[in-house]
This record gives sequence, C-alpha cells and structure tokens, in this order.
Amino acid sequence: MRKMCILLLTVFIFSNLSAQTGQEKKIVIAAASDLKFALDSIVAVFKNSHEGMVDVIYGSSGKLFEQISNGAPFHLYFSADINYPKLLKEKGLVSSEIYPYGVGRIVIWSKKIDPQKDGIQTLLSPSIKKIAIANPAHAPYGKRAEESMNYYNILSSVREKLVLGENISQTAQFVTTGAADIGIVALSLALSPNMKKEGGKYFIIPENSHNPLEQGAVITRFGGGNRLAEEFMNFIKGTTANDILTFYGFTRP
Amino acid sequence: MLDFEPFYLTLKLAFATTAVLFIVGVPLSYWLAFSQSRFKVILHAFISLPLVLPPTVLGFYLLLAFSPESIIGRFLESLFDVRLVFSFTGLVIASVIYSLPFMIQPIHSGFLSVPKNLIEASYTLGKSKITTIARVLLPNMRNSLFTGCILSFAHTIGEFGVVLMVGGNIPGETRVISVAIYGEVEAMNYHNANVYAAILLGFSFLVLVLVYALNHNIFNPSPGST
Repeated sequence: MRKMCILLLTVFIFSNLSAQTGQEKKIVIAAASDLKFALDSIVAVFKNSHEGMVDVIYGSSGKLFEQISNGAPFHLYFSADINYPKLLKEKGLVSSEIYPYGVGRIVIWSKKIDPQKDGIQTLLSPSIKKIAIANPAHAPYGKRAEESMNYYNILSSVREKLVLGENISQTAQFVTTGAADIGIVALSLALSPNMKKEGGKYFIIPENSHNPLEQGAVITRFGGGNRLAEEFMNFIKGTTANDILTFYGFTRP
Repeated sequence: MLDFEPFYLTLKLAFATTAVLFIVGVPLSYWLAFSQSRFKVILHAFISLPLVLPPTVLGFYLLLAFSPESIIGRFLESLFDVRLVFSFTGLVIASVIYSLPFMIQPIHSGFLSVPKNLIEASYTLGKSKITTIARVLLPNMRNSLFTGCILSFAHTIGEFGVVLMVGGNIPGETRVISVAIYGEVEAMNYHNANVYAAILLGFSFLVLVLVYALNHNIFNPSPGST
C-alpha cells in the first residue's frame, strides 16, 4: 500500500513538472460552436508550421464567456458575438486587441423539405411540426434567428413549434438526426463535410433581416505573454486562415 | 418576472414517472425476486444499466429512436400521430427508463427480505398468489416500496443530461427546473438562477428530511430503529 502511494506521488510530481516546462508549448482555445469545423481545419494547418499543442473547447459563446469571467484557463476566446469579448475587455480580462475575424450567416436547413423554393416561408409549411433554433436567451445564432423570423412576421405563427438547442451545434444535431423537421443553423456548419453528408438542403437567410453576426477573437488575460497564443492570433489574421474562414461561409466585417 | 412553470413541470414529471415506475416496478421486481428463469440475470443487468452509463448514452439513443426518421418514430407518427422527441410524454418515457433501477433495486430487495415461512404459511392456508402478494408480501415491505418511490421521484427531479438532449427546452412542455437554471446561468440572469436554485435546494432538503423522519419514526416504530 505504502509503495503504491509513493509510486502515485512520484508520477504526480513528474507529470506536474513536465506540465510546467511544457507550458509555452500548449494553448487551450475556447471557441463558439459555429467554428467547430472551420477552426479544426485552421488548427490542423497551424500545427504544420508551428511547434506545440493546440486544444480547442467548443461551447456556446455565452457559456464560455461565463467560464472565462470566472477564471477558466483558456488562452484565446473566439466568440460568435463580438460583444462578449468587448465585455471581457471592460472587465480587464483580455490582453490583446479584439480581432473581428468574420461575420456569420444563418441558414434554414432541412432533410425533409427543400427550403430553397419558399425561403423563410418554408417554416410555415403545415408538414413541419418542430423547428429547431439555438436558445435565443444566450446563443447569438438563436438571437439572430428570432430577429429574422420577427422581421418576416412569422415568429408568432411558429412559436409553438420551436425547440431550443443549447448551442448552435446541438441545434444542428436536432435537424441532422431528423428529430426536428427543419432548423435555423449557422452557414459554417451547413458547409461542413459532416453536415453535408447528411444530405439536407439549405436556404441562406437574407442578411438584412437580422443584426449582423459579427464575431471576435481575443487573447485572454490568462493567455497574456504566451508566445504560442500570440502566434495563433497572428495566424488567424493571415491569408490561409482567412481562406478557410471564407470557405466556411464567413465574410469579412 | 420569475416564472414558476419549470417547478410545476418538474413536479408533474416526477409524479408521472414515479406512478408509471411503481406500476411497472412491483411486478417486475417480483418476477426478478422469485422467478427461476436464467434469463432474469440478463434482464436485471439490463435494467441496472442507467446506474452505470452516463445520461448522454441514453439521451443519444433516445434522440435517434424518437426521431421520425427511425422505425419506432415513424411507426408512432404514422399510426398515432405522436412524436415523442421534444414532448412531455417523451420525457416521461426517458425518465422511466433512466430511473428504473432506483425503483427496482429497493423493491427487489424488499421482496427478498420478507421471511420465507410467512409466504409458505399463506400458501399452506390456501391463499392464492395474488392474495399472498397483496396481503402478505407488500404490507411487510412497505419501507422498500416507499424508498423506491422516493428515490425515483428524487432522481427524476435531479435529471438533467437526458432532458437536455431530447427535451428541446420548450417552455411548459420540456423546460424542467434543472434546464431552466442552466439557461438562466448561461444568459447571465444570476438573480433568477439563484432564486430557482435556492428553492430547489430547500425543497430537496425538506423531501429528504421527510423521508428520514418517516423512515425512523412511522415505518419503524420499534425502539432499536433510530
């Protein structure tokens, strides 16, 4: 028993030591769920030319904001709503300028009907029982979806059919599994190989029907002074990353 | 401004789940306790799976099963026009599966704890199986029945993962209290989250106090039981 304890203790100390020496070589990024595939690609390309580990944690922008405000050990924060990094800045929790990496778009996505024909009016089709959107209370894509339906005066007619995803990727999961007949998701997810192979059709909702989905990235106070974090931030501003973002449907602000 | 619907909905879900579980649980536990079939080992293991598996496994399978694209989902939708995913009924079914071991385990041990000679005496006196269960077995294991109900009820109130995955967060339909608290925290409405959480904490504590009070005094009045 005592030998076991000593062994465990030794392992613990050594793993701790290696964690300390490797600190510069590893960063953790907290990113909005709409970036799931785009950022995975960017990280893969980044690793080709840079040493070190890059871990990405995806979640709703609001939840990640929450975690960073409470001291979560994330070096960079990519938010689907640029207001969250701005709030962090006001709190003094950032150590770089906020970089607006792109503007997102929302699409109507369905496996069941082709929304391209009737556009936003597809949502009113009687064959549709459940419409999935992200929770407007805290997910930027859900907020914009609601604004858009409001703009076209259909929000009150569809309210009973709405089901709310915890974040935009759960919303996508509701429609790709067919649990919801149709949904409003991020264009960046609709363009991803994982969602394309599900064989749905989508319609891009006109931009003038909602506030822009301006997104922003920032190095957190925790990530301040970390060289790898700075290198990643510079990489995001470069043409390669920009091309990938464009491929996933993000436009320049 | 504070909405009490999630509380009402959670209680409704917990009562419905407990009622269904009781009706299903008593005969099932009886069979598990007294059957000679070898098959019962497999069934017992299957029922106990939710104790081991994370709620995400059940949530994922239920999402697929309830979806109108699956065989089960299509069958229900075409025949009864019922869609279980994102509905209260779906949550009840999910909770019944999820809390099944919490009802079965105590009742199963309850059946086994009743002395064999009591049961045999009843049969010797010419009483039928049903009469023996109703008049001899069940009254002698009230504590187990009660524990099963309370555990299932409490477990349903505390449910979160499965509901988040198959519920769809619909107010008045599937937005139970745990999901409502999560949403309020995410939306940074700390005041609401605090009020909800505090009420739930107080309520849960009172329920448990009640359970232990009943357990110690009413159901076990013998002196050595405290």
